[in-house]
Amino acid sequence: MAKLGKLARRGGLYTLLGGFAFFGAFPFYWMVIATFKRDHDLFSPLNNPFLFNEPPTLDHLRLLFTETHFVGYLANTVIVGFAVVLITLATAVPAAYALARWARGWGESLGIGIFLTYLVPPTILFIPLSRFASFFGLQESLWSLILVYPTFTIPFCTWLLMGFFKTIPKDIEEQAMIDGLSRFGAMTKVVFPLAISGILTVVVFSFTLSMHEFIYALTFISVSAKKTVSIGVPTELVRGDVFQWGPLMAGALIASIPVAVVYTYFLDRFVAGFTMGAVK
Amino acid sequence: MTSPARQGSSPGAFRGGVFDRQETLAKLLIAPAVLYIVAMIGAPFVLAVLYSLSNATTGDPSLHIVGLRNFRAAMEDPVFRLALRNTFVFTLVSQSIVIVLSRILANALLKPFRGKWLVRFLVLLPWTAPISLGTIGWLWMYDSIFSPMDWVLRYLGLLGTATAILGPETNMYWLGVPGLAIASVILVNVWRILPLATVIQLGGLSSIPRDLIEAAEVDGASPWRRTLMITIPLTLPIVSIAFLFGVVFTFTDLVVVYVLTRGGPVHATQVLSSWTFFKGIEAGDLAQGAAISLFMFPVLAVVAIFILRLARRTEVV
Repeated sequence: MAKLGKLARRGGLYTLLGGFAFFGAFPFYWMVIATFKRDHDLFSPLNNPFLFNEPPTLDHLRLLFTETHFVGYLANTVIVGFAVVLITLATAVPAAYALARWARGWGESLGIGIFLTYLVPPTILFIPLSRFASFFGLQESLWSLILVYPTFTIPFCTWLLMGFFKTIPKDIEEQAMIDGLSRFGAMTKVVFPLAISGILTVVVFSFTLSMHEFIYALTFISVSAKKTVSIGVPTELVRGDVFQWGPLMAGALIASIPVAVVYTYFLDRFVAGFTMGAVK
Repeated sequence: MTSPARQGSSPGAFRGGVFDRQETLAKLLIAPAVLYIVAMIGAPFVLAVLYSLSNATTGDPSLHIVGLRNFRAAMEDPVFRLALRNTFVFTLVSQSIVIVLSRILANALLKPFRGKWLVRFLVLLPWTAPISLGTIGWLWMYDSIFSPMDWVLRYLGLLGTATAILGPETNMYWLGVPGLAIASVILVNVWRILPLATVIQLGGLSSIPRDLIEAAEVDGASPWRRTLMITIPLTLPIVSIAFLFGVVFTFTDLVVVYVLTRGGPVHATQVLSSWTFFKGIEAGDLAQGAAISLFMFPVLAVVAIFILRLARRTEVV
């Protein structure tokens, strides 16, 4: 009897998890199907939509890569991502270190203050920032995105790194200073290498967050060749009322999955940083 | 950055210089981040307030202060009022569902089972993939002719025959009927925020000390009582954090609405952020757009204060 009860509980658990997994992943399965389905199969309402009723095809992928700007979107996204990572590292790493180490009272408040700016949404800022962009002649330029994206990566990454630096014992720097390094030297030569996993996390998040961004890219960029994937796919692959569903789904799939894999891997740290105040 | 460090490594060099004086060095290191934030968040925010009090348009962006006219005009606009209501409805309904579902899912994920990494990956996908691209998948699922949901309903006989419960039409037109469009947008918001809330709840649940629960077990407390007296009070701060972030992300988001419906049919799914975009950028009315966007601010300020309180309070414990 007890064994039966255990079996039933197992079954219940798997059903529950299966249901949630299905809910989360079905839209992506739906993209996979559309990516490889022949048009004739895709656009026949009587066919079972979940299966390949005709042999799969690579036509949509070929179309996506040869007849759209998709490769360009990917390249733009990577360029913006790398530049944002560099700006974020250059500003957030030193700030987080200083806030975690030296500034007790006001540092704590300033750290929280910096994090709270993460809550100021792009939807309040995009109108004035679009004026800035046109004032400096950056409209339609990737530079506008590169300069604006750190507004959400710096607050978040500073907060995340503060937590990392706090876990590194103070004695290590003091020892290094006794050995003849300056304070700055101890920081760059001893502490930063120890914080490498935190820094790597910041690299991943700055990159993925800038890849996810939609509103600024939509506002600043309207020239097709300059778009990033997150706006290029939804706005350029839909031509008026003509939806090229196959290539559209292929584009969405190819751009989402790699980011999702990397992001998942680092997600626990992301959340630890996010809720640092609350979980401690 | 490396050259002063190299000089500093020889004993005595830079002793008492800038790179050794704590206070000065701390300020120098913090300055770039603070300057960036002031210039790119502070300044535009002030400008948004000024725009909202002016009559600026993209054609004539110069600032002439005209007072609170824009706010009054927004309030009198029925589309704005609809957008304001929708923003609250979408946020509260979807976040209430998310809190319940994420607790159930987090509890299930705490148990050991085979294939955990795969389930975790699939469950997290909606949050980790770029939102605009995930929403594109939904757009195709809500298609007015080829929706797989409609296919299943037809297959089950619930749709498309003269006697079917859902009507004789062959399709539901998910995004074409106001009620269904609202439900569709809420569903995608739930789908999108659920993973984040789940992971945050997981963190909260696994931080409860085991011995506390075991002690209660020894004392003969029932599972229900243990949940009520230990789990819920101890995870309340973290659940609140999950809820507040969900609120911020849903309240200020325009991607789901922009990609799925552009606010349609006839503004039925319009929200503050999408209306800000259509007014302020597409229609070029900077002043109106800024005023509409600022209606979000009081809510966000309240959320921020709550987060601060929670963070402070739990840190003391």
